[in-house]
Order: sequence, then structure tokens, then C-alpha cells
Amino acid sequence: MSDIPVFFLHGLVYAGLLFLISSGLTLVFGMMNVLNLAHAAFYMLGAYFSYSLLNATGNFWLSLIVCPLLLFFIGAAVERFLLRRVHVYGHVQELLITFGVAYIITESVKWIWGNYPLGVNLGGFLSGSVNLFGLFYPIYRLFMFFCAILISLIMATVLYKTRIGIIVRASVDDSEMVNTLGINVPLVFTGVFGFGAALSGFAGVIAGPLLTTYPGMAAEILVDAFVVIVIGGMGSLVGALVASLMIGELQSFGALLFPKLSLALMYMLMAAVLIIKPSGLFGEEQ
Amino acid sequence: MLLEVKEIHSYYEKSHILHGVSLGLKEGELVCLLGRNGVGKSTALKSVMGIVQPRKGSILFGGQELIGKEPYQISRMGIGFVPEDRRVFPSLTANENLLMGIRRGKNEAPSKQGWTIEKVYDAFPQLKQRKNSKGAHLSGGEQQMLTVARTLMGNPELMLVDEPTEGLAPTIVKDVLKMLSAIRESGVAILMVEQNFKASIKIADRFYIMSKGQIVFEGNGEALEAAEDVRKRYLEV
Repeated sequence: MSDIPVFFLHGLVYAGLLFLISSGLTLVFGMMNVLNLAHAAFYMLGAYFSYSLLNATGNFWLSLIVCPLLLFFIGAAVERFLLRRVHVYGHVQELLITFGVAYIITESVKWIWGNYPLGVNLGGFLSGSVNLFGLFYPIYRLFMFFCAILISLIMATVLYKTRIGIIVRASVDDSEMVNTLGINVPLVFTGVFGFGAALSGFAGVIAGPLLTTYPGMAAEILVDAFVVIVIGGMGSLVGALVASLMIGELQSFGALLFPKLSLALMYMLMAAVLIIKPSGLFGEEQ
Repeated sequence: MLLEVKEIHSYYEKSHILHGVSLGLKEGELVCLLGRNGVGKSTALKSVMGIVQPRKGSILFGGQELIGKEPYQISRMGIGFVPEDRRVFPSLTANENLLMGIRRGKNEAPSKQGWTIEKVYDAFPQLKQRKNSKGAHLSGGEQQMLTVARTLMGNPELMLVDEPTEGLAPTIVKDVLKMLSAIRESGVAILMVEQNFKASIKIADRFYIMSKGQIVFEGNGEALEAAEDVRKRYLEV
């Protein structure tokens, strides 16, 4: 079975992608108690923006910087002008507005780019393969994994070594207390929401060349990202990391070993975790 | 007057909790708000802090209106809040909890006491020993000290303290009260909510008693000791 290392690597790559998406989702949930249904739509926008930017400039590196930046502003605007206004009405309304945003983004994407898959051809060294201990593996997938690791390390440094990081972690614990300590919590919310959108958009940019870019890509990955944050524990970044690895590998080997069951396997894993620990692997007991 | 609360009406959703509460505090005073469970004492503190927004009335701090301001703005004006149930940040270390207390507002009130993390550790050696422990792993008494110390880090002029002795062992209650009087000695005014009047009578300058969302008594310790009927009616079970 020489397939095993290949599928293991595939699993790691997908885990990296899932972590980029689910980390923002879980942080936003932990802080604001909002399950952001538009989170994967930001990922899709990242992929589409990148598609257009690549067509216009042909510069993938530019796309890696510009698209997440655009998504940061879109995310921040959604929080500031939509979510904050409905906050007083409660969770159901917050959930509904993120659903509405996801819907608008998906329909706009169909309207602007068309309701069919778009392929991205990168060319250059990223489209080659590399010999890894006698195994030819696409450079692009390794590049994706490398990006995910790099971003995770930067995020860990910010969260654990800076004042902003302490403020964000404290807000996940108890945002009302943070507010009484003189920190502008509404501004922190806007920033973290925008940052999560940017990360999700970044994931979209790097996913584009590998997975096809099409209007259903948001809904597809949203399910996996939700499963990740439920298994990992809502609000826990470490949980999101561990669960991303679990789901990434499970999806990859599921496709190899039990292709018809791979989706069911994911739900079975989630059910098993919830039976043993209802708050998720790293979640706090409520 | 440092703090003047005038005729405030506060609500939780639709229920009317405070029915025109008025109270005041001078610089450096320690005032205790007494009353049974559910009479609106905590709501009064939360209304001053901006966590609950009163629908009517006025709250002046150093002459400036607080109603309509966010808690973080009120904190930056020089008011510290020590909540009920301690509420340390459980996943942060004790040291990180203290760092959260540093205020960095533009219009920050100048600090008179100049609390720094070193001074706080000198004043609370127990916290220094546990500085790298997670908030969740501290004992109840340590958590209470940590929330008070965290608030001190912001060098407030006024501290609002909600039931600081609740759920603590009698020996630790003594420590907490001693700590609060020491803070008052350093020049910080304290408005404290308590159910336990025997504990607070030794340290407070003045008392207010609340019942059903209104102030029903105001006076110093002697007046409260003398007013047996008031105590029977509003405090004793």
C-alpha cells in the first residue's frame, strides 16, 4: 500500500485548510457567541477574488496578500454595520443575519462569476512535483501545508506573547469583564471578526488552485468546519487544531478505504466525541 | 461628591428592577449597600458601571454623566468593578489576569496610588507565588484577591465591589475585609454590596439599605446599630 503516505499527506493538507477556516470560526464563537454561517462564504470570496486577480495580474503572491486584506475589511464591515445592530435582539437574529450574508454572497458570486466551476492554473514552480523519499508529491499541496503551519505559528505567537493576544483570550473567557477593565470590546470584536474573515479568505486563495472554485464550495467546507469546532470544543483554538487533523485524515483515508462512507464516518466521530465529552475535546464545561 | 446616583430606573428585559434609586459617595469613602437577595443591589452597581443601562435618572461621576457610556469608557474615567462570583479569566494565568487590568485609555484619569504589577505582588504575596497558575486553578480566596488586584492595576478612584465575601470561609472573609480597608486607606473610594452586615459594619463609613428596588435606609454604623426595627425588617432572615 504505497498509497498510505500519499493519503496521509493529503489529509495533512486538508487539515491545514480546515484549521485556517475553523480557527476564526471558533474564536468568533468563543468571544461573541455567534455561530457565523457566513464564515465559509468569506473563504469562497477569497477564492473568487484570487481568480479575478490572477486573471488580471497573473501574480499569485499578490493575491495571497490582497485578497485576505479585502476580506478583513468585508468581515469588519459585516460585524460593525450588521451584527452589532442585531446583537441586542439575541442569538437567533445574529444567526439569521449571518445566514443572510452567506446567502447574499453566494448569489452575488453566481451573478458575477457564473454558476459553474472555474479552474486556476498557476504554472511556475508551484505546479511541479517534488521527490519525497521516493514519492512524487505535488509541490502545491506542500506549499498549502507550509502556509497553514506558518499562519498557525504567527497566530500562536500573537495570542500567547502579546497584549492583544491576552485581550483576545480574555474576551473568549468573559468579554463583559474585559469591557469593565477599560478595553474597547466592541472594537476587539470587529477586529477579530475581520481577522477571522481574512484567514478564511486566505484559505480560499490557497484552496482555489487545488479544489475547484464554484458557488457550492462554501456550503461544502462549512459543514466540515462546523464538525471541527464541535469536536474540538467551541472557542478552543487547540481543539480546532486537533480536530482539524482528525477530520483531515479521516476524510482522506475515508475516501481511500470506504469511499461511500466517508461523510458518515465524520458524523460518527462527532457523535462519539459528544457522547464521551459533550463540550468537545478541549471545550469548557458550561 | 465623587459619585451621585439620582433617581435611576433600571430594567432587565421587561422587569423593572430599580425604582428611583439615589445614593452618593464622597472621595475616599467606604460605603456599603445592604439588603436581601434580589432587591436590586447588584443591578445598582451594574447600572453605575454601564453594564445595565438605566432608562431614567442620572449618574454623575466627578460631575460627568455616566448614563449612555460603555463600560470600557466608564472604566477609563476611573471606576473599577469587582464583580460577584469573582470572574477571573479562567484560562489566563494569574499574571495575565493582572496585566488585563492595566488601563490604556487616552483620557485616562491620572493615577494617585500608582499601582504597578510589582506593588500588587508586594501587597499580595500569595498571588506572586501563584502567578503562573491558571485562574481556574486558584482557590476561592485567591480568586477574590486576584479580581480585586486586577481592578487595582487600573488605579481607579472608585471601586465597585459586589459581594466580596460571598462563599468564602470565615477566616478568608476577614482577610478580604482587611484588604478592602487597606485599599480605602490608600485613597480609593469603595462602594460595596453585601448581605452580611456584621462583617461590613467594622469597615464601612456609611450604609444604605435597599428593599424592592428602593433605598429604605441611609446612615452610619451607629445609626444602623440603633435602628433595630430596620435591621429586622430588611436584613435579618
